[in-house]
Amino acid sequence: MDAVVFFICAAAVVVGALGVIAGRNPVHSALFLLLTLVSIAVLYLQQHAALVAAIQIVVYASAIVVLFLFVITLLGVDKQEPPDDAHPVQRVAAIVLGVLALTGILVLVHGNRWVTGAHSTRGALGTVESGNVETLAKSLFTDFFWAFEITAVLLVIAVVGSVVLARRSGHRAEALDADGPDTAAAPVEQAEGERTPA
Amino acid sequence: MSALAYPDHITATYYLILAAILFTIGAVGLLVRKNTLVMFMCIELMLNAANLTFVSYANALNDISGQVIVFFTLVVAAAEVAVGLAIIIAIFRRRQSVNADDVDLLKG
Repeated sequence: MDAVVFFICAAAVVVGALGVIAGRNPVHSALFLLLTLVSIAVLYLQQHAALVAAIQIVVYASAIVVLFLFVITLLGVDKQEPPDDAHPVQRVAAIVLGVLALTGILVLVHGNRWVTGAHSTRGALGTVESGNVETLAKSLFTDFFWAFEITAVLLVIAVVGSVVLARRSGHRAEALDADGPDTAAAPVEQAEGERTPA
Repeated sequence: MSALAYPDHITATYYLILAAILFTIGAVGLLVRKNTLVMFMCIELMLNAANLTFVSYANALNDISGQVIVFFTLVVAAAEVAVGLAIIIAIFRRRQSVNADDVDLLKG
């Protein structure tokens, strides 16, 4: 049963990832990304990471994909691209390099054990039957408390920065309006401010 | 190879190989595509591959820190998407395009 779930989700992950890079329409790419993210959430559940799976759904599959779709439709780039968007030599070189890197990783670990090292150096996973939220929270607010505070600062800086970047101020806005008025500017600021804290 | 075909039990190796494949697809997509929005999605794919690796090792080594690290990766990804999309909007206002090749102001 484990194997069935894993292989179905693994196939969905790979199909979704290939769909992201193959889709000619950015909206299709975003929806394939959603498929990949949800499948990865199932794989998290399978590995006793229930809280991480829930957050994957809430943050990635909801907030980030919605933000992508919002920007795509806002900018009006949800149309077919010309198919030759990459230089042919660059495309072939990228695929060859990717295959080489993948075989490199797989050959490097062939014959070795993938999982080595000490077990439970920062504490065990906890009772996995009832979910390990308590263990996770205890570790987050004791061992990783400093990092937690720093990420809070990082989020605040990112939100302020994105608002500053997305709004238009003073002379620059007037100069741009002379070229052509951009009426979509005001909703951008508002929606960005609402969605980024998620 | 037959051991990989019909496993009784899914070990960490399967998840790690899947994560390696996912990371490679993301990296190739980042190099191949010119649409900055799709390039951002490829970065998300690579971040997710790293997250899957962390969770797999947390499960295999019975260590909680792997799952805690995923939270920090998520926060960084969220911040990156917010700032990145704001930059894309700012570029689109000036250039009317999201093609990475159109942003060549610093080209010699």
